[in-house]
Amino acid sequence: MSARLETARAVAVAALRRLAGMAATLLVTSFLVFSSLYLAPGDPVSFLIRGRSPDPQELVALRHRYGFDKPFPVRYWNWLDGVLHGDFGQSYLFHQSVAAVIWSRLPSTLLLVAVSTLMIAVVGVGAGVVGALRRGTRTDSAVLLMVTFGAAVPSFVAAIVLRSVLGVRLGWFPTIGNGTGTLDRLHHIVLPAIALSVTFMALVTRVTRSAMLDELRREHVEVALSRGLPRRTVVRRHVFRNALGPVVTVSGLLVSGMLVSTAIVETAFGMSGIGSLLVQSVDELDFQVVQAIVLLVVAAFVVVNTLVDLLYPLIDPRVAAAGSAR
Amino acid sequence: MTTPPTASLAPRSGLPVLRTLRLLGGGWLVRVSAVILVLFVLVAALGPLLAPQDPTFGDLENTLVGPSAAHWLGTDQGGHDTFSALIEGTRTSLIGPLAVVLSSTVAGIAVGLFSAWCGGWVDAAVSRVLDILFAFPSLLLAILAVALFGKGITAPVLAMAIAYMPYTARLVRGLTVQEKTRPYIAAYQVQGHSPVFTAVRRLLPTIGPTVLAQSTVNFGYALLDLAALSFLGLGVQPPTPDWGAMINQAQAAILQGQPLSAIVPATAIVVVVVAFNIVGEHLGDRLAGRES
Amino acid sequence: MALLDITSLRVELPGMARPVLDGVSLTVSAGEVVALVGESGSGKSVTARAALGLFPPRADITGDVRVDGTGLVGATAAELATVRGSKASMIFQDPRAGINPVRRIGDFLTESLRLGQGWPRGRADARAIELLGAVGMPDPPRHLRQYPHELSGGMLQRVMIAGALAAEPSLLLCDEPTTALDVTTQAEILAVLGRLQRERGLGMLLITHDVDLAAATSDRIYVMYAGRIVETATATDLFAAPRHPYTRGLLESTPTLQGTLDRLTPVPGVPLSLHESTPGCAFAPRCRDARPGLCDQSPPLLEPHGSGSAQVACFRAHEPLLTTENER
Repeated sequence: MSARLETARAVAVAALRRLAGMAATLLVTSFLVFSSLYLAPGDPVSFLIRGRSPDPQELVALRHRYGFDKPFPVRYWNWLDGVLHGDFGQSYLFHQSVAAVIWSRLPSTLLLVAVSTLMIAVVGVGAGVVGALRRGTRTDSAVLLMVTFGAAVPSFVAAIVLRSVLGVRLGWFPTIGNGTGTLDRLHHIVLPAIALSVTFMALVTRVTRSAMLDELRREHVEVALSRGLPRRTVVRRHVFRNALGPVVTVSGLLVSGMLVSTAIVETAFGMSGIGSLLVQSVDELDFQVVQAIVLLVVAAFVVVNTLVDLLYPLIDPRVAAAGSAR
Repeated sequence: MTTPPTASLAPRSGLPVLRTLRLLGGGWLVRVSAVILVLFVLVAALGPLLAPQDPTFGDLENTLVGPSAAHWLGTDQGGHDTFSALIEGTRTSLIGPLAVVLSSTVAGIAVGLFSAWCGGWVDAAVSRVLDILFAFPSLLLAILAVALFGKGITAPVLAMAIAYMPYTARLVRGLTVQEKTRPYIAAYQVQGHSPVFTAVRRLLPTIGPTVLAQSTVNFGYALLDLAALSFLGLGVQPPTPDWGAMINQAQAAILQGQPLSAIVPATAIVVVVVAFNIVGEHLGDRLAGRES
Repeated sequence: MALLDITSLRVELPGMARPVLDGVSLTVSAGEVVALVGESGSGKSVTARAALGLFPPRADITGDVRVDGTGLVGATAAELATVRGSKASMIFQDPRAGINPVRRIGDFLTESLRLGQGWPRGRADARAIELLGAVGMPDPPRHLRQYPHELSGGMLQRVMIAGALAAEPSLLLCDEPTTALDVTTQAEILAVLGRLQRERGLGMLLITHDVDLAAATSDRIYVMYAGRIVETATATDLFAAPRHPYTRGLLESTPTLQGTLDRLTPVPGVPLSLHESTPGCAFAPRCRDARPGLCDQSPPLLEPHGSGSAQVACFRAHEPLLTTENER
């Protein structure tokens, strides 16, 4: 019994160590994002108020956050403190706090990412499984073709093709905006979600197919068949289950790519969300919004990847053992 | 039972191009892709000489016409000839990714070699830095660069080079760590050669091909990222022709049911990226086969 | 009726110069241990898998394979399912490759019972514990919850054996069960197998490249070369007086405690690959007794020789014993 307790303790220690690493990474990346402002030409405060005329209180607040009246580490600390309390500064374009602006547009982007993820999971993984099981047949060739082209079709190309064919020519889907009401919103989100998923679907299909082909060759699959289990059961319990590892790892990397691509898709479809907000803010020289979004995207990437790392031992127990043996 | 000797694989005659193609190997797909890439490079180099018209000239009396004798691929919203824009845009669209890949590969090789050669805490520190850089997607860094330094491609190219560098650095580091344990490296050290000499003269040729394969595929990704940036209006600015910018400018035309001025550059992008992926993967496969 | 009855089994793969199996016939009865001896590439593993209906993909199969009366060539999935596990079962060479590393031992043992035969979990777990005890594992309930990487190679092979016996088969196929293990563990596993075979009256087909192992453990031996059976006899007879030049070569090239090392003679040449074929006897190119004009015209057939069911496939077998040097 104590052996199991030992392993549990080791797993917990490894998890804590991983979380501490995550915190350190978040700290460093936030520092980098904070410091990026100082790369801009000129002094930071005048950079931030380019083309605008803020009132004196805002100017004082800005000088306090970014000005030279305090040493650099202290300025970073104050900024970080603000960020952790939800204060990302002010948006000049919207005359609101950055946090409020982001918060109002976050749900739309989250919905888009969620629908895309669902598509990638179902179609991407499904196609990979089918391709592997029917390797060498025409179905597999179709899957490989889809992978090659999907990997080369960027979201903006997919967007214009979808818009012109399914939107304008056939009129099946709306081409602009978010829509109102649940059903209408879903209707509006189909084309953008597909445009967003194309490249990532290709990647997931490729990884899934490759992992499944690897696992199909393993001897324990033959052993299971030799015990009289139906082929479908063996594929589910021993091939697919074992192929999950690489697929899950890849998904962690997908997240940041998808978040950034929302900028393209939302702009192409005239939707209002975090992605289009990013582009808008760059256009309108609203740097504090840009900085906040960059920070959030990078933080999301770090957190999601840490979660994937922590969940991995559940998929492959050998990893847990290796971790605790260190 | 013996098989008759196969004909020698080295062609004795034929154009240098054909000879290189045969050396490249692979099926017809790889060869076609290689030819396509060479064609695009030629177009990029000769650019303005090949374009029948000036793409920056907007003929407002002939907007959104379809393919015709005067305009082989039609015109866009502003009356610009699509075919000429496609040709002149090739140079801009290919130079950016080239700059990104060249600088990130050189920097990545330097960092990777240095880190693996030093080992110890230097290696650990560099690995941590690379881990941090991995958290920054290249397009995001490019957008941040535009926010800081203004629109155009110089700042984004630099930013993307920084974002791509860790991939090459990690690959080079991994390969170098493996090669370092081989006896021939120790032999060089015993003979008194400096580490730099050993690295450049002996390590580079060994790891070079693998890095080349990865860089070829990276070119495709860099092209997509920069085209996306131009599509967002943040990269190449009009009137300079660029495939991504062309698609952006054609958006209104799409809504009016005239997508040709967008489809043409879009097809160009997809074809070039597919070609790079095919050639890059083939190079990778050949190297893997050679080493196994 | 024999438990396992293979008759003139021929397995051909597309694009190969010769069949993988070329007219193989063998039988295994209840309670007897039969060894199938050959080098790698001889087709012995394919033969063993044929007994479970596990043929190579895209193979062209003629002949008959019967397990306890059920024909396996061209059988439906349902027919195969009745045989696999419950009538015949296999122990594979490398337990680390043969047991899924991401699932627990308990899952491995009970999977075919729960999912193949619909047993409730409790009953399946109880049977698993019973089996682990039968193969000599020290702490069965604990082992159920462990993962394969937590056990040694020897213990994993015991688990593999336990898994094979779960559905109580009467025919046990052992494909090089000890090759992947170190020497002391080999002895332990063989002891376990021997005990279980005797206790349950199992018919056992032992695949091995080790002629001495075969002689020590089996009642009868088949010797295989290039997809054909070249000799079969009782273990004692084969060991005492091998008739086929290949068998003699195998015996002469393995050291024993009695013989002296300087009298070892390896068999010259390399085994016939699937891309090569010969018009006559497959072993002729390597055989020092081969006579041109006789051995290279057509393949020799297995013919009865000597006492009992002994057979040999050699044109010169009826001649008095040739080459007396290195005879045992």
